[in-house]
Amino acid sequence: MNIFSELKKSLIVALWFVFLTFPIMVIRVNTIEKIIEWRWRNMLIIAIGSFLVSLLWRYLLTRKQTQTDSQLEKRPLSQLIFEEPKVYKPILVLIGLFVVIFPFIFSSYQINIMTTALMYVMLGLGLNIVVGLAGLLDLGYVAFYAVGAYTYALINHHFGLGFWTILPVGALLAAFFGILLGFPVLRLRGDYLAIVTLGFGEIIRLILENWNEFSFGPSGIAHISRPGFMGINLNLNESIIYLYYLMIFFCLITIFVINRLQNSRIGRAWIALREDEVACQAMGIDKTKTKLTAFALGATWAGMVGVIFAAKTTFVNPASFTFLESAMILSIVVLGGMGSIVGVFIAAMILILTPEYLRAFSNYRMLLFGAVMVLMMVFRPQGIVPNVRRFYRFRRVTSNPGNLYDKSS
Amino acid sequence: MLELKNVETYYGNIKALKGISLFVGDGEIITLIGANGAGKSTTLMTICGITPARIGDILFEKKSIRSLEPNRIVSLGISQVPEGRRIFPLLTVAENLDMGAFLRNDRAEIQKDLDYVFTLFPILKKRIHQQGGTLSGGEQQMLAISRALMSKPRLLLLDEPSLGLAPLAVQQIFQMIQKINSENKTTILLVEQNAFMALKVAHRGYVMENGTITLEGPAVDLLKDERIKRAYLGL
Repeated sequence: MNIFSELKKSLIVALWFVFLTFPIMVIRVNTIEKIIEWRWRNMLIIAIGSFLVSLLWRYLLTRKQTQTDSQLEKRPLSQLIFEEPKVYKPILVLIGLFVVIFPFIFSSYQINIMTTALMYVMLGLGLNIVVGLAGLLDLGYVAFYAVGAYTYALINHHFGLGFWTILPVGALLAAFFGILLGFPVLRLRGDYLAIVTLGFGEIIRLILENWNEFSFGPSGIAHISRPGFMGINLNLNESIIYLYYLMIFFCLITIFVINRLQNSRIGRAWIALREDEVACQAMGIDKTKTKLTAFALGATWAGMVGVIFAAKTTFVNPASFTFLESAMILSIVVLGGMGSIVGVFIAAMILILTPEYLRAFSNYRMLLFGAVMVLMMVFRPQGIVPNVRRFYRFRRVTSNPGNLYDKSS
Repeated sequence: MLELKNVETYYGNIKALKGISLFVGDGEIITLIGANGAGKSTTLMTICGITPARIGDILFEKKSIRSLEPNRIVSLGISQVPEGRRIFPLLTVAENLDMGAFLRNDRAEIQKDLDYVFTLFPILKKRIHQQGGTLSGGEQQMLAISRALMSKPRLLLLDEPSLGLAPLAVQQIFQMIQKINSENKTTILLVEQNAFMALKVAHRGYVMENGTITLEGPAVDLLKDERIKRAYLGL
């Protein structure tokens, strides 16, 4: 690394930042006394600050590029944790214990946000099927979430049917909508697919917002019943704890199913389809069916979480299903590591819980969020916990590994 | 076994195949040679149904397969090794092979075919848990052929298996093609740039130019043909 040129580049960055922030940070017009204050100290702080940040940035980038074999040989911490039974078994037991006793040591506010985080874990895992495995960028995932939520809200409102009856109905209806979206986008990939799914998400939201006779418009539907527990009437606190355990249960099922799916033939067909469509067709994989299953299965999960969401908040309105929500779920998948279950889990916890605990900085939440995203994509594009599949390493073999052309040469 | 009758294929408005007719008999090795852009790969893609024919008919074992979906065609017993190998780089060798057997459910038979593929290409067994993308070019070609064999095809379509391979690897691949043909009675339709090698293993050959077939005949005769010598063999 040429230190001089790096210093020079950082200096230019610092000057540029001073120029950019000059009107806001340095000049202040006092309209009462009609004078201009020049806050030169701010300028100095910005110059030094941006200079140092830029230097650090460059240093980290160069270090990333010049990593040598010996450094790469060291297994990353995440892999160490997941591959050593001695390490991960006690961790699993600890997490299990924590999960079980969690409602008894924390307040109902804490339980509530943990339940929300678990809902996002499920949403993330569902979207993971579509984006992570099948490689179909879906920006309108929240539409299926809305379908589930409104299914429960409307049926409960009109017919008074309970949570457990509607749960499968919501899931099926969401799957149906998944197929409905899947058909027109079968031939699309990448950017085009993203735009169509984005539009789909907005269509669902706008319908819910404007079709007053059907969905009660922006005012939403209130007084939705909470999930029943074998006919016992629970008070508010109990039902919060009940929902928490319910979410744990659903999350475990989701993880189990997704894990099985990933290693099944259809899971591999998704990955194969993501990698090479023509080769897939030559192998006799039905492109249409495989893509539609991905959409349908992904949507099923969103539908289920939607029903749970409606039951948890006892109120739904279209404002809960904006594009921002889709973006959040997608961020969970990308941040966690595409196709990685543990990654999605951790990312959901970070993205949902930290804003709650950092209420003091709520003004800067989006700023921090953006910064974290940029940093992640530059320094760890594979996500927090990359999917193990992508991390094949050659193990050094001592004997001759059997060269293909040995015999002929 | 396979017959193309006056097939025309389009990419959008561009006519890529201008009326192709060819015949592949049971147990034969047929080669399709020609320059770049002659329509050789398109012919294979058309047979597979990936770029369907607009005009003409394709008969497989006397039945028309022209308007079938690609997956139906594979299930009838036609399998393609696409140009440039196109293995799945992030799937392991074992998973790649399993994808080849996607339409089959008979586990015991699949295992048998897997063993057979490993006797053909023992190196793949050593690489079984390695990701496809980490294999060398020659190994990837072996994997691509093996993957196609896993669907137990009666007709194997090979698209330029020699592409980007060292001369020794090319020889090995061609030996294996002959072996697959003679041991299993698998009919093979081979598209090649390497006309000399292709004509040496094939029984009959077709020469393509600009989307039409300009010459056909037994491979031995084509090898001696003056025009072919000048155009493709550089003699």
